[in-house]
Amino acid sequence: MVTMRTDRLVLKQVQKFFYRKKIQQKPFPQSLFPFLQTEKETIKAVDDISFEVQLGQIYGVLGANGSGKSTLIRLISTLLLPDSGQITIFGYDVVKNSYQVRKMMNRVSVDAAFFKRLSALENLIYTARLYDIPVKTATTKATEILERLGFKADRMDGGMEDLSRGMQQKVAIARAFLTAPILLLLDEPTTGLDPKSKRDVQAFINEIRQEHEAAIILTTHDMAEAETLCDQIAIIDQGKFIARGTAGQLKSQINKPESTLEEVFIELTGKDLQEE
Amino acid sequence: MLNIIRTAVREAIVSYAFIERNFNLLKRYLNWEILFFTYSIVNALTIGLIMVGRGDAKDVLYLVIGALVWGFLSIMMREVSDAITWERWEGTIEYTFMAPIHRITHLVGSCLFAIIYGVIRTGIVLAVIPLFFGNHIDLSNANWVAMSVIIAVSSLSFIGIGLMAAIFPLLSPEKGQAATGILQALLLLVSGIYYEIDVLPNWLQPLSKISPATYTLRSIRAAMLDNASVADQLPNLSLLLSIGIVTIPLGFYIFHLGEKYAKRVGRLKRSG
Repeated sequence: MVTMRTDRLVLKQVQKFFYRKKIQQKPFPQSLFPFLQTEKETIKAVDDISFEVQLGQIYGVLGANGSGKSTLIRLISTLLLPDSGQITIFGYDVVKNSYQVRKMMNRVSVDAAFFKRLSALENLIYTARLYDIPVKTATTKATEILERLGFKADRMDGGMEDLSRGMQQKVAIARAFLTAPILLLLDEPTTGLDPKSKRDVQAFINEIRQEHEAAIILTTHDMAEAETLCDQIAIIDQGKFIARGTAGQLKSQINKPESTLEEVFIELTGKDLQEE
Repeated sequence: MLNIIRTAVREAIVSYAFIERNFNLLKRYLNWEILFFTYSIVNALTIGLIMVGRGDAKDVLYLVIGALVWGFLSIMMREVSDAITWERWEGTIEYTFMAPIHRITHLVGSCLFAIIYGVIRTGIVLAVIPLFFGNHIDLSNANWVAMSVIIAVSSLSFIGIGLMAAIFPLLSPEKGQAATGILQALLLLVSGIYYEIDVLPNWLQPLSKISPATYTLRSIRAAMLDNASVADQLPNLSLLLSIGIVTIPLGFYIFHLGEKYAKRVGRLKRSG
């Protein structure tokens, strides 16, 4: 385990832009050579974002599809390199000290990526080996986590492809918690889950924050989830944080204290999450 | 010093994750594996049978060696690339890249699996082939020790090429594997796998000199057909070793550049 230099994750003016070819309808004969079209458009996926998350805190990021939530998570998890700005995790720079950073964190993404033909247990053992966790310890711990999530232990030996989306997501959560991360990145962990699975996962996140001190970043579409779980919430739109604070502070920003978080979101972004 | 040793031991243990994972996957796709294995036998038979009735036992063995060695070296060259393709399709590459392991550990683990898998698969084909050819194959002159040493040394250079080829699927899971295939086909063309390189057009022949497969085939044929010893093949072995010493670090470096590029432009994700 790496020794923490500070007790927080800090993002300072982080930017990540992507460039893609502009699709243009050119007249014949130029239309025959689309590869000659060199005009590109800039997508500002993450645009000048700064924030801090302390150990023990759950920081929520609310945003519509394509607003930059997953790019932000990938930048923090060393899977993308920022164009500018700085990300430090407990004092370690994600670019310069990537190895130390990777030792401290794990991530659950919206799509539970696994070797689908392997069993849940085989996938978890693979993770355990990568994190240098003894197989026996990992098996016991994974079984315990999965049981708490309402996952039947006898399904651990079946292929991942035979598990429902909700069950796969529970295995993904077990994979992340197995490594006891002190930074946990939850990228829409409950999207697409049935109400029961969603409740199981939310309850588990809540329980685990009491038992295991970690900084958690949670991106979500679910306003109730953000309100229940997060200490601080930021609303992201077109790569920018357009508002931040506690759920109560966000509501007071639109001068309607009785409004729901969803109404705040619509008011600030002009978008409806249900439509997304 | 003690820390370096401790880290090296830890990384060696971690690299086992990739060997175990790939064997687990192999078990789950056993039916397909049997099918590919059958293809390897059929391929070696088809090529060997070209010479049955036309040439002597040496000529048949000449072609069979070509098929077997090429099969083995292809596994060395393709396996790392295959593993990366697989991870890209499943989306697990992000989790592997996020794990606290050095890239060298990741790639060494995949290479070790390639060696073990290649030896097992080629060994089985080698054991089965004589059953089909009977008297048309003469292994009485074969120097098995020399052959094993040549295979071990030449594996290094092919692993280096495999590491370079692995950046293709890293950048494009859809087309990357095809690019690896093109590289393989080029080596097949210029390396004298089934013919002597002097039958190539003059302008192509210089390429055969930089292909490690040329020296591998030349030495293995000498060992299996003419009982050449390791000492006899030292010049070729030195060349193969030198190519390996150059291509392995170069392969790691090129993969590192590919990874950096993928992280800069966002090529690692499958969705989201």
